[in-house]
Amino acid sequence: SAGSCHSVSSSGMAGADGDDSLYPIAVLIDELRNEDVQLRLNSIKKLSTIALALGVERTRTELLPFLTDTIYDEDEVLLALAEQLGNFTMLVGGPEYVHCLLPPLESLATVEETVVRDKAVESLRKISHEHSPVDLEVHFEPLVKRLASGDWFTSRTSACGLFSVCYPRVSSTVKAEIRQHFRNLCSDDTPMVRRAAASKLGEFAKVLELEYVKSDIISLFTALASDEQDSVRLLAVEACVSIATLLPQEDLETLVMPTLRQAAEDKSWRVRYMVADKFSELQKAVGPEITKNDLVPAFQNLLKDCEAEVRAAAANKVKEFCENLPEDSRETIIMTHILPCVKELVSDTNQHVKSALASVIMGLSTILGKDNTIEHLLPLFLAQLKDECPEVRLNIISNLDCVNEVIGIRQLSQSLLPAIVELAEDAKWRVRLAIIEYMPLLAGQLGVEFFDEKLNSLCMAWLVDHVYAIREAATCNLTKLVEKFGAEWAQNTIVPKVLGMANDPNYLHRMTTLFCINALSEACGQEITTKHMLPVVLKMSNDQVANVRFNVAKSLQKIGPVLDSNCLQTEVKPVLEKLAADQDIDVKYFAQEAISVLALA
Amino acid sequence: PLPPSSPSSPTTGFSVPSAEKVDGFPRRSMRRARQRRSHSSSQFRYQSSQVELTPLPLLKDAPVAELHDLFCKKLQQCCVLFDFLDCVADLKGKEIKRAALNELVESVATSRGVLIEPLYPEAIKMISVNIFRTLPPSENPDFDPEEDEPTLEASWPHLQLVYEFFLRFLESPDFQPSMAKRYVDQKFVLQLLELFDSEDPREREYLKTILHRVYGKLLGLRAYIRKQINNIFLRFIYETEHFNGVAELLEILGSIINGFALPLKSEHKQFLVRVLIPLHTAKSLSIFHAQLAYCVVQFMEKDATVTEYIIRGLLKYWPKTCTQKEVMFLGEIEEILDVIEPSQFIRVQEPLFKQIAACISSPHFQVAERALYFWNNEYILSLIEENCQVILPLVFGTLYRVSKEHWNQTIVSLIYNVLKTFMEMNSKLFDDLTASYKVEKQKELKRERERAELWRSLEEQQERRLQSLGEASRNQKNLQEREKNSKNEPENSAANAT
Repeated sequence: SAGSCHSVSSSGMAGADGDDSLYPIAVLIDELRNEDVQLRLNSIKKLSTIALALGVERTRTELLPFLTDTIYDEDEVLLALAEQLGNFTMLVGGPEYVHCLLPPLESLATVEETVVRDKAVESLRKISHEHSPVDLEVHFEPLVKRLASGDWFTSRTSACGLFSVCYPRVSSTVKAEIRQHFRNLCSDDTPMVRRAAASKLGEFAKVLELEYVKSDIISLFTALASDEQDSVRLLAVEACVSIATLLPQEDLETLVMPTLRQAAEDKSWRVRYMVADKFSELQKAVGPEITKNDLVPAFQNLLKDCEAEVRAAAANKVKEFCENLPEDSRETIIMTHILPCVKELVSDTNQHVKSALASVIMGLSTILGKDNTIEHLLPLFLAQLKDECPEVRLNIISNLDCVNEVIGIRQLSQSLLPAIVELAEDAKWRVRLAIIEYMPLLAGQLGVEFFDEKLNSLCMAWLVDHVYAIREAATCNLTKLVEKFGAEWAQNTIVPKVLGMANDPNYLHRMTTLFCINALSEACGQEITTKHMLPVVLKMSNDQVANVRFNVAKSLQKIGPVLDSNCLQTEVKPVLEKLAADQDIDVKYFAQEAISVLALA
Repeated sequence: PLPPSSPSSPTTGFSVPSAEKVDGFPRRSMRRARQRRSHSSSQFRYQSSQVELTPLPLLKDAPVAELHDLFCKKLQQCCVLFDFLDCVADLKGKEIKRAALNELVESVATSRGVLIEPLYPEAIKMISVNIFRTLPPSENPDFDPEEDEPTLEASWPHLQLVYEFFLRFLESPDFQPSMAKRYVDQKFVLQLLELFDSEDPREREYLKTILHRVYGKLLGLRAYIRKQINNIFLRFIYETEHFNGVAELLEILGSIINGFALPLKSEHKQFLVRVLIPLHTAKSLSIFHAQLAYCVVQFMEKDATVTEYIIRGLLKYWPKTCTQKEVMFLGEIEEILDVIEPSQFIRVQEPLFKQIAACISSPHFQVAERALYFWNNEYILSLIEENCQVILPLVFGTLYRVSKEHWNQTIVSLIYNVLKTFMEMNSKLFDDLTASYKVEKQKELKRERERAELWRSLEEQQERRLQSLGEASRNQKNLQEREKNSKNEPENSAANAT
């Protein structure tokens, strides 16, 4: 306790550390157990300051025992403590003494709260590397064993994360013990522990010698993959990736594939979902031959699964799977096995499935080339462009660049237009927002003529949308278009329309004119700004709505740098001075701000 | 990584859906419009080839000698599953099965002597085939049981009859636990428990009654059932935060706890401390709080010595930001105080009333109000009066301050009443505390200043040390450099010399 610590404290150490008055540890410990949780938390977060004040020896002999004994606190405090201790090696005197940190971290690794435990394990893993091989066997490994045979599931769960960090650096006798402990945890009575073990199986396999991967890991893997709980089985799928990567090709068929096949047809959709979700990794891990013989049919089944979740996960992987197929048979496999399933997914009953497919399907065109794309994929793109769900259409439009490279966007433009128009007028403003964001991309790909003819009016219509976010995005869109098509185009097509809105009866639209000018002046350059935009802005300084007037002041501040100094002095300055004397306080404020920023005072 | 138990809708690499998650309003209405088919079932897929059913003779017309045989045939017939998502598929077959199930229910409920040994495996097989299935993914990945309509089980027209049959089977006077236990085993029970995650409340209701009967009749399974419920709860608390049947399981446990023998086994105490109390941390506490509080109070009534664990546990998990939960906690504390033994009250009064004082000073008036209502409870008031010397100093500062500061008039007047009650209880102590209030405040301020000073000097010291450490390492480096140079020099000069 604090009292006894105090009595140990005052001798010698001050001299050894060579400076400063020593704080009685009781004062510091009082801070660590202040009644107020927030203050306690603050103190724990500055634990290194306290340790530094105490010096390394007293940190070891007084502070750490206190911390070890008093681990009953709010989880938030414990979490901070668990994190601090991971960075404490220098404060206890370096790697030579790092094992002093083990007792408090061991207790923290057994608490109920998952985040605290996980942080303690993370810190333990960190400091394990700072142990010498001898200390690892004398101090660290016994801790792992104690945790692995703890009464309550929490300590056994924590142990699972520690095997892989100590295994590579201990003697072969100890290695055998570690393997045994891991085996026990894989068949633990508590599903929580089996889940923890299953999730570390891949990591542990990586540090084992190949012979033990074959003998130990495979049997554990097989057992976990047929666990009674699907939450355990699905974790085995993840391990499957690491295990398959470690084994030589000739062993995969007998050691891994039976289990993987079984997982792909598991009766629980969660397990099948996991297989679909990890499909690309699995494909890389098992190599081209097994992919051709086994994974292709498995993938087909997943694409046709009865649960939409599984189909969607698989649909997400279509492009990656096709890309990674062995080159010699890629096209044949796609055309004969994958494409028929993809065709069905285009008219799936579930919108998540269709939208997952739409987000990757365009990528197939680069793999299949021009002719196949036109013949087989184009009808699918067109069908998805007409899908009832806006997300599907948007996903197609957002990936147009892939097709553009292969067949040119012209092939699509006739169908594209109705789809874009419909999205542009969608009742949900977030959909409208999304399509606006693709406008510059579309404009670049479709070219200026097509744009002027078909899309320009949409872009202008958004400027008077009743949702501010849309008007704002539309303004930003104009800037990007001008950057693409140039100032001359701007002057002819959009500037007149924008300036026309300055006379709109709705003050929100008049403000949009100002926002557009703010955004466009730089891209349009000095001439257009001075000749066409400035007069309109200046005229609006007489607007009867104060919001418009102070936005005039803001606009003048914004476009000022584009104008020449003569114009600033003769035209802008008088108007700003007038606004600075406005009766509205906000107008005054922004006018004064503009005057000072433009240095017109 | 956790299992994808709330299946993520596939990520599309596109900003709209995630943006929509930010504000829930448009989304909820959209979701409603989109999903009127709130029926789901993943049962049908296991059927490999569809058998055509032909109607069998009625049980009631069967001669006694053939009754068991016919009963058995009907059970087998009911093992055929139908696709209910396609509501017009195989209507004839569905009707035959429905009629057969009805007859089986009727027969097992009303006639004696039907349940003979050879029927047990057939009956359990029929039940297993029908009810055990991986529950379908939720239509709505962030299903909120308080707000959203549950997804109903599509095959309910058959499933309900199967559950009804199972229940009648267990409740039949002919039911023989010794025969049933061969088929209703641990694996069976585990699958039964998994079904409690069903989103369909009708299904959970049946499961609750059925599990209760199983627990009552098959003694050998009791410990196993308790252990598996533990596991479900622990997974719910620490891993997924998602399980639909927590309230139903707690309801069963409520009556199980009632039957615990005294003194309580350590297994049961562990269940209280490590499972029931941490269940209070769940985000969805409001769904099952009533059942949970009931279980907690049951424990106290069984054995008063667990009181301290309970109160300290609740204080440890006291909600910090969710005022709605804080009100629930206060409600539970009142339920506990209603039955607390005075000797136990003394053991927890200090930390408890510190928390109550903190609640009284909550700016959320419902929290403050709920805490102040304790003074309207006669039994609690009597406990406070007996321990006034301890409790009044704990709460006085807060009451005094909040009475002057709180924005809500109801709270202010409630506090005045409480202060008045205290004044009447012990006017001497009350006056002393009033007199020393200012001094205490001053002392507190002084302590705060001292703390700030301590940390300031600690940090200065740290700065100095880090600096000197930096200097030391620089010096060391210089020293090494110099040594290296001085070693090199003679060699160089030697080289020059030649």
